[in-house]
Amino acid sequence: MRRLSICFILLMLIVTVGCGQKDEQTLTIVWAEWDPANYLQELSEDFTTETGIAVDVVQVPWPTFQDKIDNSFVGKSELYDIVIGDSQWLGRNSVGGHYIDLTEWINENIDVPAIYGPAMTAFAEYPKGSGKYWALPAEVDAAGYVYRKDLFEDPDEMSAFQEKYGYALAPPTTYAQLRDIAEFFTRPDDDLFGIATWYSKEYDGITMGFQQVMWSFGASYGDTQTKKVDGYINTEDAVKALDYYRDLLKFAPPDAPNYYWTETLDAYITGKVAMAMNYFAFFPGVVDADTNEISHDKSGFFIAPKGPKGHYISIGGQGMSISSYSKNQDIAKQYLKWFMQKPVQEKWAKLGGFTPLKEVLESDTFKKATPYNEAFAASFPYLRDFWAVPEYAQLLSACQTNWSEAITGIKESKEALDAIAQKHEEIFSEAMKDTAEE
Amino acid sequence: MQHNRFSRGMSDYQIKMAFIMPTMILLILMNIFPLLWSLYLSFHDYNANMPKAPKYIGAKNYIDVLTDPDIWGYFRTTAYFVILAVTAQFLIGFGLALLLNRTFPAKGVVTTLLLLPMMLSPVVVALFWRFILASDDGGLLNYLLSPLLNLPGIRAIFDPPIEWTTDPKIAMISVVIVDTWMWSPFMMLIALAGLSAIPKYLYEAADVDRASAWFKFRWITLPLVSPLLLIALLFRTMDAFKMFDIVYVLTREGGPGTVTETVSMNLYRLAFRNFDTGKACAMAYILLIIIVALSNIYVKYLNRVKGET
Repeated sequence: MRRLSICFILLMLIVTVGCGQKDEQTLTIVWAEWDPANYLQELSEDFTTETGIAVDVVQVPWPTFQDKIDNSFVGKSELYDIVIGDSQWLGRNSVGGHYIDLTEWINENIDVPAIYGPAMTAFAEYPKGSGKYWALPAEVDAAGYVYRKDLFEDPDEMSAFQEKYGYALAPPTTYAQLRDIAEFFTRPDDDLFGIATWYSKEYDGITMGFQQVMWSFGASYGDTQTKKVDGYINTEDAVKALDYYRDLLKFAPPDAPNYYWTETLDAYITGKVAMAMNYFAFFPGVVDADTNEISHDKSGFFIAPKGPKGHYISIGGQGMSISSYSKNQDIAKQYLKWFMQKPVQEKWAKLGGFTPLKEVLESDTFKKATPYNEAFAASFPYLRDFWAVPEYAQLLSACQTNWSEAITGIKESKEALDAIAQKHEEIFSEAMKDTAEE
Repeated sequence: MQHNRFSRGMSDYQIKMAFIMPTMILLILMNIFPLLWSLYLSFHDYNANMPKAPKYIGAKNYIDVLTDPDIWGYFRTTAYFVILAVTAQFLIGFGLALLLNRTFPAKGVVTTLLLLPMMLSPVVVALFWRFILASDDGGLLNYLLSPLLNLPGIRAIFDPPIEWTTDPKIAMISVVIVDTWMWSPFMMLIALAGLSAIPKYLYEAADVDRASAWFKFRWITLPLVSPLLLIALLFRTMDAFKMFDIVYVLTREGGPGTVTETVSMNLYRLAFRNFDTGKACAMAYILLIIIVALSNIYVKYLNRVKGET
């Protein structure tokens, strides 16, 4: 009898604890597995303190990030309340009904003019210019460069460079200078190369790396209104840009056609390259003595250079959207409103997040918070994005394949660009036909 | 007794059904229904991530797939991979089995060690081969080959370091090397099972007749082991035709360009990146038909070989 009583009490205890867990409110945010997600988890503790609502930032490894989110949407999963997704996903997930329309709520609850305009356009608005919002910018990022200050400021290197190229060795401001410096530091016998940048066929690797060169050389993806591509992406300027990007490969380590975030970062911290491109959000590892023994205290940062016909930089980062299948949409909105408050954004920036709030972004405190924040803030006026339309995945796939073929010599630059133009026009024409039929 | 009443209440047929039904239901739900549903979708314009209902378009998806030159390119790539990889695995696996089919110390340990690669996850295999095949100074294979590659005549031909996964001329060979490393043990295992089943007295009789080693191999070993070898070849061909994981990880989604982009890699892109579900289903069915046709050729040949032996 005594044993039976103990069992009964234990059972009741389990049931009570179980019920207690069910009652506790938890907001689930899904993001990629990287430092900013850790910062967000830490920041969200304040939200829990204020509201009593627990926040769980689920981190998905980058290679499976998109697949995991897409599959959860297809299965109408209630698993995630807030999705922090790429800007390119906006078109597909809003048209697909996976993100809730936040237009009215944002206009009533958020001080939109306080948010950096291009960030709002890139991460929140679809269609662009429509004033319809599906997200709020969470982490605003840009592609930027890290360089070895010890090499750039070495007197012998400086005089040798001056003698060879006729101008002083300094962080490049143009793509022509970037090439010269990359060439100058390429010394395979010393296992040193000039540059590490993105050439990988993985996900959007080469596209994000090359598009800013293409824009800065005077070409573009196409007319955003008419969706005409032929004559935009395959112009003489685009050919020059692709030839330039392929030429740059000569000054990169042997495995460079596989390079994306991880590989460029590894090449830099192992002392293999003088300059490396990456998203600014990946730079905390560069200035950390634990992860970069060679150059954590010898690294400088500069914004992506300008080209002969303009200055554009690939936008990075993600926006915060609310899943249509979430059962906690009101709490999610509460979180979004809390997140956009100035004191929260200040703390977000202090932890290492890249704030979209203009006032915080432009403050000296932010610019001096890390060695790379100043270059990051300077990149803002030049940010541009890939197509953020529902067909973005097909468009991206054509770019990735053809540009990968161009840089490995399978196709000539013009041939690759013409192939992209043709494929993109087919994709848009098919999409417009579908829209017309509907 | 409750138990007896229950037993008496069910006929033999009902008891049989009670045992079979759970499996049948699971099979229908997990295999048959998706198969039929995907067949239905293959005749429709449908994107799984869009809120539109499937729209019937007849055989358009099949026509689109079969008239797309890019997709034919992926089929060619896959065929090239299957021929190279399965041939290499057959030769290496059978060779190893012949070597292992004799008595020597620690035979069990050696056999187990040789079987290890096929027990690993393909993704893990591809990940560590990434490091082995890296073309910079960290690449183990280039490091091991460097004394050879730096010989004057050879250096001029290969221009080291060899870019195993990024050179369009070599990337496919790298995928074949990795797949062969992983799956030759499977071929070896099946061949070894076949070899050890051959009665010893046949060899003894051949020895009495002073038959040569080649004669014994050609007229005893090969005919008796060939049915099992054909089964191994059938499994490997079917599996190689579906190659996905190694190209996804090792050559970064089938790069450079489309040099290692197999049909399955493209199918994944079509289904889970582009969410062109209808077309992806049509492509999956075409792939299925090809695999079934290939399997039938093997099975027919297998029956012929069995008849002969």
